[in-house]
Amino acid sequence: MTSLFSKWRIRGGVHAEERKTSTATQAIVTAFPLPKKLYIPLQQHVGKPAEPLIKVGEVVLKGQLLAHSQGIISAPVHAPSSGTILDVNDYPAPHPSALPIRMIVLETDGKDEWLQPPDIGDPFQLPPEDISLRVGAAGIVGLGGATFPTAVKLNMGRENHIDTLIINGAECEPYLSCDDRLMQERAESIIDGVRLMLHGMETHNAVVAIEDNKPQAFAAMTAAAMPYPSIKVMQIPTRYPMGWDRQLIRYVTGKEVPVGCRSSEIGVTIHNVGTAYAVHNAIRHGRPLVSRVVTVAGGAVQRPMNVEVPLGTLIADLFNFCYVSPEKTARIIMGGPMMGDSLPHISLPTVKATSGILALTQSELKDTDEQPCIRCASCVTVCPAGLRPLDMANNIRANQLDAAVDIGLKDCISCGCCSYICPSNIPLVHYFKYASGEVAARQQAQHKSEQTKRLMEARQTRLDRIAQQQREEEEARIAAKKERDRLKAEQEATV
Amino acid sequence: MYVFYAIISLTGLGLLLGLLLGIAGKYLKVESSPIVDELEAMLPGSQCGQCGFPGCRPAAEALAEGKAPATICPPGGSTLAEQIAALLGLDLDLKDVQEPELLVARVSEATCTGCTRCFKVCPTDAIVGAPKQIHAVVADACIACKKCVEVCPTECLQMHPIEITLRNWRWAKPRVAVAGNPL
Repeated sequence: MTSLFSKWRIRGGVHAEERKTSTATQAIVTAFPLPKKLYIPLQQHVGKPAEPLIKVGEVVLKGQLLAHSQGIISAPVHAPSSGTILDVNDYPAPHPSALPIRMIVLETDGKDEWLQPPDIGDPFQLPPEDISLRVGAAGIVGLGGATFPTAVKLNMGRENHIDTLIINGAECEPYLSCDDRLMQERAESIIDGVRLMLHGMETHNAVVAIEDNKPQAFAAMTAAAMPYPSIKVMQIPTRYPMGWDRQLIRYVTGKEVPVGCRSSEIGVTIHNVGTAYAVHNAIRHGRPLVSRVVTVAGGAVQRPMNVEVPLGTLIADLFNFCYVSPEKTARIIMGGPMMGDSLPHISLPTVKATSGILALTQSELKDTDEQPCIRCASCVTVCPAGLRPLDMANNIRANQLDAAVDIGLKDCISCGCCSYICPSNIPLVHYFKYASGEVAARQQAQHKSEQTKRLMEARQTRLDRIAQQQREEEEARIAAKKERDRLKAEQEATV
Repeated sequence: MYVFYAIISLTGLGLLLGLLLGIAGKYLKVESSPIVDELEAMLPGSQCGQCGFPGCRPAAEALAEGKAPATICPPGGSTLAEQIAALLGLDLDLKDVQEPELLVARVSEATCTGCTRCFKVCPTDAIVGAPKQIHAVVADACIACKKCVEVCPTECLQMHPIEITLRNWRWAKPRVAVAGNPL
């Protein structure tokens, strides 16, 4: 009966073919050969890019700080291995456009020598502020893909006195299984990370939510959480996008996060299992975030696997290791197939956000023949945000972006359910991404035109002032001349 | 008899209302249509003349009289066209509106002589410099009016497309594919 009612809490969503078995059944590969060169972007997080500290030619150790964070919302970057700094310059970013961003290029020396970690006592004796400081200094960001700096989130959680910490183990995207394997193999460390986060946020209640298609992970996590009554492990239904924070919060707590609010405002904070593991590493072993588990899967991959790689490893190196056939690869995707970004080539580095790299064959891709909308409203049914994708897409097609914003364009999370379900193959999410960018561009243009008006008024007042001054000077000069002439005349008269 | 009552009362009414209207027309007269002011406030105000009118005010007057389409202002793009159409209650077909190509002026340092002509004409003070010093353009303030390009004696000021970076990169609009004929 309860399960019947709890089902009501899931809005929309789809159940795509999971395709996780090829990677979920094998242990995480840790023997990845160290690449010769690592390309480390200075921005692998939401917020301001990090500012480099090192010089070209400098020799660094693994875990050494390469670039420090700038401002409140930012994260530092550390050396993923030991070696020499070759360059600090612009290189193509792992982004659909592959436009350049600043990166540090590190030539590895093969020793992979760690920087001596500081002496670590019992972290639970530390004040909670110290936990967030250390998490921030370790460069930890949300590893589910959002890459929001974790320390900022911990601070917000503490300041808002949240009552529940949700650990997101849903991993609802097809193909991806890195979180699943991490939970199966490193459950104790994750639970330890969760306890440290609880300490850092001064909270005593955590829920680890795992989709019911990962029974081994659930068992491992339940066993690891057994000694700690404050941590509850629960199974949630398998349904994409269960890992969307608002959907998960709604399911686990029954609370709806209002539009425009952060989850911490209703007393909930959500972190990924990978983040919890990174927190454990940072606090217990003094090791910053320099590597992560990446799922390499897809039809073109001969050896699909979960592999732990140093950040900055080129996708090309990863593909060599996993025997990806370039001929069969029709599309390269970073992240999952639903929300991930399609990449134009493979000379791009893996970053903190890279949960998976997929090499998909043509047969795995959706048909692109776009047909007219038949108004079947399937997209409305599956939209987890409760929007009307078909109407929004129609508005956008006719360039009526304001109308699209009015019916909720800004609440779209680009989860891809509508594009997935659409029987007419309409690229709905593409329309929404285009429109969101366009709306932002228009706002900027609006802002600029206001600024232009201000500048022109300022210039006009300045010109008027100068003209006024010149007039006054001219008048003063004429008056002075008259005075002089008068005096002269008087003098002449007296003489 | 009733006919006369009707004629007299209606005539009286007509005269009275006509008088009221006449008085209102005299005392509540507006110098220019308020809609023109509203339109002028919406337009960029850089008097660039790309619309074919000598400035933003004449363009606003033409718009108010219905002599110009809502899509008149090229720098305003479709955003402005939408706003104008909403204000004037016009139907708008934005399919053919060209979004303005984003340009920015740049000084070529090799040929700049520091003649100060460009920053004197810049309507937004976007050019900084001093006599016999190389000038520079503040890209954020440049409105691409091209006035500096016209006065530059050495052709060192040129318009360049705004560089696309990760900060201003946007998804392109999906092209509508015809079924059975993929793009």
